[in-house]
Amino acid sequence: MDQAKALVNREYKWGFVTDVEADSAPRGLNEEIIRFISLKKKEPAFMLQWRLNAYRRWLQMTEPRWQHVHYPAIDYQDMIYYSAPKQKKDGPGSLDEIDKEILETYEKLGIPLDEQKRLAGVAVDAVFDSVSVATTFKEKLAEKGVIFCSFSEAVQNHTELVKKYLGSVVPYADNFYAALNSAVFSDGSFCYIPKGVRCPMELSTYFRINSADTGQFERTLIVADEGSYVSYLEGCTAPIRDKNQLHAAVVELVALEGAQIKYSTVQNWYAGDKEGKGGIYNFVTKRGKCAGHRSKISWTQVETGSAITWKYPSVILQGDDSIGEFYSVALTNNYQQADTGTKMIHIGKNTKSTVIAKGISAGHGDNTYRGLIKVMPAAMNARNYTQCDSLLLGSRCAANTLPYIEVKNRTAKVEHEASTSKISEDQLFYCKQRGISPENAVSMIINGFCKEVFKNLPMEFAVEASKLLSVSLEGAVG
Amino acid sequence: MNRDVLKTPYLNAFESLQGRGNGGNPSWVREAQREAIGRFAKLGFPTTREEAWKYTNVTPIAETSFRLPSLQPQIELSNDQISPFLFGQQNWHRLVFLNGSFVPRLSRAPSGNGVKVCSLKAVFRSESRLIEPYLGQLIGRDADAFAALNTAFLEDGALVYLPEGAMIENPIHLIFISHAEAAGIVSHPRVLIVGAGNSKATVVESYVSRGGGHSFTNAVTEIALGEDAALHYYRLQQKNGNSFHIGTTQVEQNKGSHFLSFSISFGAKISRHNLNVNLAAEGSECTLNGLYLTSGDQHIDNATFVHHPKPHGTSHQLYKGILTGQSTAVFSGRVLVRQDAQKTDAHQVNKNLLLSEQATVDTKPQLEILADDVKCTHGAAVGQLEEEALFYFETRGISREKARKLLAYGFANEVIGTVQLDPIRSALGRLVFERLGDFSCLPEALKHRDQEKDLSDGGL
Amino acid sequence: MLEVKNLHVSIEGKEILKGIHLKVRAGEVHAIMGPNGSGKSTLTQVLAGNESYTVTQGDVFYQGKNLIEMSAEARAREGVFLAFQYPVEIAGVSNAYFLKAALNEIRAHQGLEELDAVDFLELLKEKMKLVKMDPSFLNRPVNEGFSGGEKKRNEILQMAILEPKLSILDETDSGLDIDALRIVAEGVNQLRNPERATVLVTHYQRLLNYIVPDYVHVLLGGRIVKSGTKALAFQLEEKGYDWVKEREPEAGEGVKTK
Repeated sequence: MDQAKALVNREYKWGFVTDVEADSAPRGLNEEIIRFISLKKKEPAFMLQWRLNAYRRWLQMTEPRWQHVHYPAIDYQDMIYYSAPKQKKDGPGSLDEIDKEILETYEKLGIPLDEQKRLAGVAVDAVFDSVSVATTFKEKLAEKGVIFCSFSEAVQNHTELVKKYLGSVVPYADNFYAALNSAVFSDGSFCYIPKGVRCPMELSTYFRINSADTGQFERTLIVADEGSYVSYLEGCTAPIRDKNQLHAAVVELVALEGAQIKYSTVQNWYAGDKEGKGGIYNFVTKRGKCAGHRSKISWTQVETGSAITWKYPSVILQGDDSIGEFYSVALTNNYQQADTGTKMIHIGKNTKSTVIAKGISAGHGDNTYRGLIKVMPAAMNARNYTQCDSLLLGSRCAANTLPYIEVKNRTAKVEHEASTSKISEDQLFYCKQRGISPENAVSMIINGFCKEVFKNLPMEFAVEASKLLSVSLEGAVG
Repeated sequence: MNRDVLKTPYLNAFESLQGRGNGGNPSWVREAQREAIGRFAKLGFPTTREEAWKYTNVTPIAETSFRLPSLQPQIELSNDQISPFLFGQQNWHRLVFLNGSFVPRLSRAPSGNGVKVCSLKAVFRSESRLIEPYLGQLIGRDADAFAALNTAFLEDGALVYLPEGAMIENPIHLIFISHAEAAGIVSHPRVLIVGAGNSKATVVESYVSRGGGHSFTNAVTEIALGEDAALHYYRLQQKNGNSFHIGTTQVEQNKGSHFLSFSISFGAKISRHNLNVNLAAEGSECTLNGLYLTSGDQHIDNATFVHHPKPHGTSHQLYKGILTGQSTAVFSGRVLVRQDAQKTDAHQVNKNLLLSEQATVDTKPQLEILADDVKCTHGAAVGQLEEEALFYFETRGISREKARKLLAYGFANEVIGTVQLDPIRSALGRLVFERLGDFSCLPEALKHRDQEKDLSDGGL
Repeated sequence: MLEVKNLHVSIEGKEILKGIHLKVRAGEVHAIMGPNGSGKSTLTQVLAGNESYTVTQGDVFYQGKNLIEMSAEARAREGVFLAFQYPVEIAGVSNAYFLKAALNEIRAHQGLEELDAVDFLELLKEKMKLVKMDPSFLNRPVNEGFSGGEKKRNEILQMAILEPKLSILDETDSGLDIDALRIVAEGVNQLRNPERATVLVTHYQRLLNYIVPDYVHVLLGGRIVKSGTKALAFQLEEKGYDWVKEREPEAGEGVKTK
């Protein structure tokens, strides 16, 4: 494996800072800040009240410590809760009104927002620090009745939908970070697919943290009405900074009868340097509810970035015959830590869930799969299959598999399998004997290891994910 | 309520024992006891908020008042009264304990060549130095609240000491009988097994009850195995439905040693067995098998922890459970492979069969791996009998009821079949059938081993 | 093409090869025979560049270059191919992808352009007919779930695509039924030409009925103790390896191929 050490050391190429004038809240958190955020967004009274309820609840909560990750205490008063690039007028308008610097930023990130260069077949909501700066293809989507806009806009224009579904899957009191997010969330994406509509293109949100000392608290809500289908993608990057930044998002998905939501994430927040300095704390609550019969929610995530990744995209299988899926690749290199997995809560009859989790640890990386399969007493004929595989590259990393299985119905069938392995010398020699360089052989074997997950990603994302893996692993093998 | 109150009766009982001089324990034991009660006072009874006790609520144990047996009149037991516990084996070595106290009259132990199979009390009097490096040392300072409580109330127990190269053919049977009439009784049985280098033995621990009263057995077994030593360890918990049973078996293995364990839990209202194995030196190996049957409102919890700190260690675990009634079962198995433990081979399987509407199971197999050149797998499954298999039996004229029993028996047999002691294997087979219902449906199958083998695994 | 001089090899301190001499010219087919444990597989692994083995003494020249100094992938790119006795499985990597990666690495080394997917697929389909492989193999992961015979055929397919100059076949006949053996042999024979050389390692004479060697060498106790023509293989089949042992009590001392 020694030769494999020669993998070139490319930089984190998304680590630049955009120089824009920002409109920021003062440092710290109190009710005034929350009122400030709500006022900035011109929110209706119910929204402010909801935020304040969440904040008051948050004050009574203590930060959880049960997770298998370690970090110094976070000072919630030493953080900026709102930062938005200054705009000529309020809300994302036409592209001419967006700062040239920001447009260039997205172009540099490979997400061109301007009309001519847009990605074909993908509508993008671009979130820059605390606000959404642009949403593409809105009109085209509106023809089909699909609502895709920033959360702020949804609060203004689709108030009833927001009122109905906000907090219906992740209540504000759900957990410490969900409560914090509910109090201070600044923007995010909102998406509604009407009855029987198959969303004509992929929807995506690209999250960018730019400002220093800013926490990013976005909120995504996707509602798929009866018999509809949507595929949603999420990408994230941040500048290189040697101070840790907190990203505490909430994602809520609601699938009504016969609806399908496919949610894919390629998470590439700045991971910190080789010594583990800096990087994003990615503490996210993601949960979907299969509210209607025969609905389906599928999470696919490729987690290569962040200093700490801590999240469990989950599915509440409430409707009969509903299906939950979770496909994950989590990679930890250098001093990265990940404690990720899923919760599948079987409530309805004949519900099925599948969990495929692949963990790759390199360097001093610490990678934990934590999952809960819960079969409630009324969940007749529930089925779950879980497979967790860990690949260890190097002798200083760790892989933990911590599944919890709770079955309260005798007709359930739940299976969990896990394995831990490394790339064998025999495999490497076999590849080398066919003329393949050790670097390519390692990358090929790792991609093979992740294949079951990658195949669930939309095409462009799969290619991107595969590239990200090899970049993130540079210098890790040996 | 304030949980601190729950500790008070135990702390008071300790004080009164202290007042009576702790039954003449040597000073180093008394020292350990003071430390242990301090630890218990600090920890208190665990709550379900603690990860290790997430699925087992011990409040009913903590809230029940029990008396220490030494504070009540002694009961006499006859040979006939213990015969149901002997697996029909009069020739096995045995030490019998009644409510924690050794009963020499009912015991027969091997001796000679440095082998010691006797009560701890006897060793305390004569040569307590022999066991000082082990007793209380293996369980260590980070014992949980129950293990600490056991040490604090240590009065008597069993010692199995095998010097270098000692081999004992006949199984050594340690029988712990809880006898409680109206008033509840608590006992804290303690076992120490030391197998020096190249020694070999089979030890059977039975936890049983007589009388219909409440009892709480809080057992601790410490086992130390020297280089290339081998121990077969059978632990059978068959207490009555009014009892509580908490037990910890702590095992320390030296280079090349082999430890084979069968943990069988059938009885008690709430039962928990912690089995902690430290494969402390290179090339040590353990096989941990377990079977639990729960019915009614029983709760049975098995928690295993295998620690691989050194290279070339091997561990295999197979725990299976059959649940009926409104019973609950828990399995948590933790495997920790340290950075130095390259070439570790660790496998763990837990399978559960749910036979009733209201039975529930929680299983939590955990792998924590810090070394890269290892082979580790774990698996867990919860399921029911295969409909196809039941149908197949029906097409062959076997009633559904019988088919269910046969298939469930087959499921258990994957574990029972690996029991190497014939009397225990056939006793287990019978017990499983009894618990599954009508024993008469296939008595012949249990008389001959070959037929027993023919009963295939029930599927899952 | 290949010249092995006094090659001594050990693994974990144990000497396996104790002075091998072998000369293979372009266009020739050499068979190396010997009982289990004689060092046959070790020889093939060392020639292919497996670093688990240590060369303690001797030289190996391939097309005038010092082979021992080259990495395994460099040897492969220069045209050394080993058909493995036990081909490894690579989960999640399809045969087609694997072969394309290998072929393009070799082509890049030769200064040729990369083959695009269409051209590659055409080439692959043509070569697959040679070893009678089902097209579904293309999308299956490398060797995963393959039967023993399928794995061996896959090795020959790889050889046909990569077109090596020196092919080393390690027990490619073992575990094959007669039909599979014929397919494998045909594959090898079709690749035979005056620019290429083949070294067959086997312990049965059987394969040599289908691939007729120019020379046969007997490997015993880490040394080549006897060399001859195809007739030698028949003698071995008839009389067994003990026959050589008896005749050569000082097995292998100074025996050289011509």
